[in-house]
Amino acid sequence: MHITRCYFCSGPCYPGHGTMFVRNDSKTFRFCRSKCHKNFKMKRNPRKIRWTKAFRKAAGKEMTIDSTFEFEKRRNVPVRYDRNLMATTVKAMKRVQEIRAKRERAFFKNRMAGKKDQERAENVKILQQNIELAPTASQRVKNQVAKIQEQKLDQMEMDN
Amino acid sequence: MSLYNFKKIQPVPTSTDFVDIVLSKTQRKTPTVIHKNYNIGRIRQFYMRKVKFTQDSFDEKFKLILDEFPKLDDIHPFYADLMNVLYDKDHYKLALGQVNTARHLIDQVAKDYCRLMKFGDSLYRCKQLKKAALGRMATVMKRQKDSLAYLEQVRQHLARLPSIDPNTRTLLICGYPNVGKSSFINKITRADVDVQPYAFTTKSLFVGHMDYKYLRWQVIDTPGILDHPLEERNTIEMQSITAMAHLRSCIMFFMDLSEQCGYSVVDQVKLFHSIKPLFANKPIMLVINKIDQAKPEDLPEDQKKMIEEIMEKDAATVVTMSCYLDEGVMQVRNASCDKLLAARVEMKMKGQKINDVINKIHLAEPVARDNVVRAPQIPAAAANRPKFDIKDPNRRRLERDIEAENGGAGVFSADYKKRYDLADSEWKYDVIPEFWEGHNVADFIDPDIEEKLEALEREEERLEKEGFYDSAEEIMDSDEEELKATAESIREKKKLIVQAHRAAKGNRNLIPKMVAGRNSTVDDMNDHLSKMGIDASAVMDRARSVTRKRTRSESRADDSVREASVAERGSTLVRDRSTAGLRNVKQKVEADKQKKVSQRRPNLFAKRGEADRDIQTKMPKHLFSGKAAVGKRDRR
Repeated sequence: MHITRCYFCSGPCYPGHGTMFVRNDSKTFRFCRSKCHKNFKMKRNPRKIRWTKAFRKAAGKEMTIDSTFEFEKRRNVPVRYDRNLMATTVKAMKRVQEIRAKRERAFFKNRMAGKKDQERAENVKILQQNIELAPTASQRVKNQVAKIQEQKLDQMEMDN
Repeated sequence: MSLYNFKKIQPVPTSTDFVDIVLSKTQRKTPTVIHKNYNIGRIRQFYMRKVKFTQDSFDEKFKLILDEFPKLDDIHPFYADLMNVLYDKDHYKLALGQVNTARHLIDQVAKDYCRLMKFGDSLYRCKQLKKAALGRMATVMKRQKDSLAYLEQVRQHLARLPSIDPNTRTLLICGYPNVGKSSFINKITRADVDVQPYAFTTKSLFVGHMDYKYLRWQVIDTPGILDHPLEERNTIEMQSITAMAHLRSCIMFFMDLSEQCGYSVVDQVKLFHSIKPLFANKPIMLVINKIDQAKPEDLPEDQKKMIEEIMEKDAATVVTMSCYLDEGVMQVRNASCDKLLAARVEMKMKGQKINDVINKIHLAEPVARDNVVRAPQIPAAAANRPKFDIKDPNRRRLERDIEAENGGAGVFSADYKKRYDLADSEWKYDVIPEFWEGHNVADFIDPDIEEKLEALEREEERLEKEGFYDSAEEIMDSDEEELKATAESIREKKKLIVQAHRAAKGNRNLIPKMVAGRNSTVDDMNDHLSKMGIDASAVMDRARSVTRKRTRSESRADDSVREASVAERGSTLVRDRSTAGLRNVKQKVEADKQKKVSQRRPNLFAKRGEADRDIQTKMPKHLFSGKAAVGKRDRR
């Protein structure tokens, strides 16, 4: 028994689930659900479909290089069963998963680092442009916007 | 089959046919339309192509002839000599040489005229040049009339020559005319050679084939030869001589001791001696035919001696037979074949080829490299193991026995795990975990996992120290919060505006602002203005005063005025057009009166008026053309 990865979305395919397509050159494609199979039949490239793992990795949305990835791989080396080794392995799996989750969180945070400034700039811009749509805007907000505008102008003058 | 096949030579056309073929091919295969107003380059190219194409076709045809006709220097000397005898070597070579010359001449003509064509300045000139070129080519061909005719005859004759393979096993039958040569070949092969009781019935070489010892043999029947010098021999005899001289075969010299052929035994022996030089190094059979008439034993002593002399001196085997009685024919054939085979083997043994054959046969035998004995090795355990015997009570127990003890097949399932070779035999029956949270446990199995995990932990510690996971949680201050909320509300509004605009833009009639405004109330205005943050109370007060209801007496106008009021702002969109364009009631009354008067006369005569139903076009084109599909009823 073996959990395979879906060809399209890279999700886990448990035994007895999903569909397998065997092409006439004997390459096999495993799909976790009909959605993935249909997308494959439409000749879509998983790297260009936003909801697949392949896209997220290719677009830099997820961690791709990390030492935790080195643990899980098909090694194709037969290892004789050893109860102690099995125990360590199971323990290690859990620990590795924990570390990976932690690193993923850090990665996400890092990725979103500049987001706040960007949002603020957008907010200011929309306030400058369409203040008439917010008749109830407080004087405090208006002052703030005006101040930011002034700062910006100063900055431009200094640059020049 | 045979190496020489002269039957496939293409027919040689006569010179006139030749020209016709080539010119019509030019006409068919090159463009034909040209006009004088074409670019001169194009015109030149057009005619040049014709000339070149003609030359090419001539060339091709000549080449075919030169390639297909055998070259006397290249073919087997037997055929070369035979062709010399039949067609005269000089004549043949001359004819082929002339064809070759004609080919070169035509090439030259084409080359010259192509060069001239480059200076042709009009369609006419170019055409004349082309005409001249083709004309000269035709003239060259006309001079080849005789050689082409000769070659065609040679071809026809060559095609009818028997296909003789000069290198195979051959029996060659020769002798005086009428000694029974043709009868013999008819007896031993399937050939059907004409046999007649007069001299020179056979005028050319004939070939028959037979099988002996599972081999193919060819038997050649030659025309009879007379005993006179070589120079005096005629063409028929020369064919026999050629065959005798050049074919490596078994010579069967036929003799007729009964002298019925018209030549005495002495003459026949003389002939043998005179043509003897041709038989050098060939197996010779002296075949004495017609023994039903005269046997060699009955001969006079002197003639007997002559034959014996031949036997001894020339290593000829004397055999006797009678074609008439079918006596000894097969023996003669077999003896000749055997002799030839023996001779061929002997020749091969003498030649160079024998070494090649001997080299192929080689039997390799390993040589003992030392004195050590290398016997097969059998382990002692295997050698001492008692032979398995099912009846022996102390024999080895098999899995089958265990199965039988535990209820037999289908009930008992074999234990595959019991022979597992693990570090601790307790582990044999452990349940091995396969999956954990969507991962294969097997993918993590690695003997070095402990070290790797430790390395990872160290890395983790380092990262923690470096502050990789630290992040300052930023807390928004209230200013920031308000800014964000306001921006959000603006976004919402913008979205609503866009939505409203889109809804209004849809596929329906636009209500003019003036009309739409008619339905809006003062309260709507108030809402709108207050939304925009404008204090609308002053405007509201003013609007109220205007829209306050008047009393009925004030508002009610005189009936006639109401009727006549032009361009009154009605409550409906449909307006009374009868009053349109009229200034006052008086005008309207006048207009009505005039209308009535103008209609009086047409009405009297029942004429068609404006108000009558009118069908302008009975079948409007746009309604009656095209396919009537769903939804195309009124507009197709």
